[in-house]
Amino acid sequence: MSKIKVATVWLDGCSGCHMSFLDMDERLLELGSQFDLVFSPLVDFKTYPESVDVALVEGAISSVEDEHKIHHIRKHTKFLLAMGDCAVTGNVPALRNPFGPLPVLQRAYYENASAQPQTPTTFVPALLDKVRPIHEFVKVDMYLPGCPPSADTFYTVLSDLLAGRTPDIASLTRFGA
Amino acid sequence: MIAAVDVKTLVIDGINVSARADQTVLEVARENNINIPTLCHLDGLTDVGACRLCLVETKGSPKLNPACVLKVEEGMEITTTSDRLKHYRQTILEMLFSERNHVCAVCVANGHCELQSMAQDQGLTHVRLPYMNPKLVVDASHERFVSDPNRCILCQRCVRVCAEVEGAHVWDIMGRGIGSLLIADLHQPWGESSCTRCGKCVQVCPTGALTDKSKLGSDHPKYPEFLPNLEAMREGR
Repeated sequence: MSKIKVATVWLDGCSGCHMSFLDMDERLLELGSQFDLVFSPLVDFKTYPESVDVALVEGAISSVEDEHKIHHIRKHTKFLLAMGDCAVTGNVPALRNPFGPLPVLQRAYYENASAQPQTPTTFVPALLDKVRPIHEFVKVDMYLPGCPPSADTFYTVLSDLLAGRTPDIASLTRFGA
Repeated sequence: MIAAVDVKTLVIDGINVSARADQTVLEVARENNINIPTLCHLDGLTDVGACRLCLVETKGSPKLNPACVLKVEEGMEITTTSDRLKHYRQTILEMLFSERNHVCAVCVANGHCELQSMAQDQGLTHVRLPYMNPKLVVDASHERFVSDPNRCILCQRCVRVCAEVEGAHVWDIMGRGIGSLLIADLHQPWGESSCTRCGKCVQVCPTGALTDKSKLGSDHPKYPEFLPNLEAMREGR
């Protein structure tokens, strides 16, 4: 039997969830022997595979690119786990929601630009009006709040999932964590 | 001579309990180690039934009643935990989270917040309702404290402690429903209001809505349990 295919994805988040994931340290070796990491910022595959068993998605949906990606990921993933507060609630990226994306661009590309202030129109994806959690775009199978969820939380949740158990998320972590 | 006490007997979650006639279901439940969740109740303040988390089922009644303002009656049969109540309590919390900008990760009350821990206690892992992200203005005009309406759940503990215990009645709620807003005096900056700077409202606030400027990051535990002690002292008990 082939191993379970796991992907991790980094959308609009700070990568703190991935750092906390790595904080499992030597326990990663034990878990890693039970699955194949087929797509992740931590490995070098460039395209999302046709079929992924479990995807851990960090970050909110903030741009047209994020939106495109999450639909693609959902289509090719059996079990989608929203990883961390940005994916679950919008969290820090969503702090801009009350005033919209324009002041953000103004701050980044005009007020703080030392030369040629201008809004990029190529390579940088357009921002959405509102930053949203991923379950407002696609079906999410499990929510793992926390900023970030602790390494122990990751270990317990992944161990449970690999063993076919349903973890009791609320006993492990919370918003803000 | 000892005055006769009017005693009622009732059933809470299948347990026979007795209570004084002037007690609420919440009080009696807590005396009997039955936990009913609440965010607006605080020992030492008048109950107002603002948060609705303490809703309980009463046998024979189709309505759900908030236990904090439900007076005991002879023969009452109360249920404090059920799938229906769990659904309502989670939905209430989801509405609280979606109505304002509660960003736990960057809140001064992170780790010391009753809304945050209540969500965890009630098994809330996400909010199904769309976030409203209202634009609300932080009032930092007071020399010692900050009022951040982004974190306010309108429990009115601050309103009550200021009016009932401090006797200043600086705080009030303006507007109605989802547009309600905590205001100082007649909607003046807190720093220019009739505030006595006692800080009781900050201590009883369950979230990061009222905080102390001298506290940074998540180093902001609150001590609402001062209240019954203060009242006992005042009454010379």
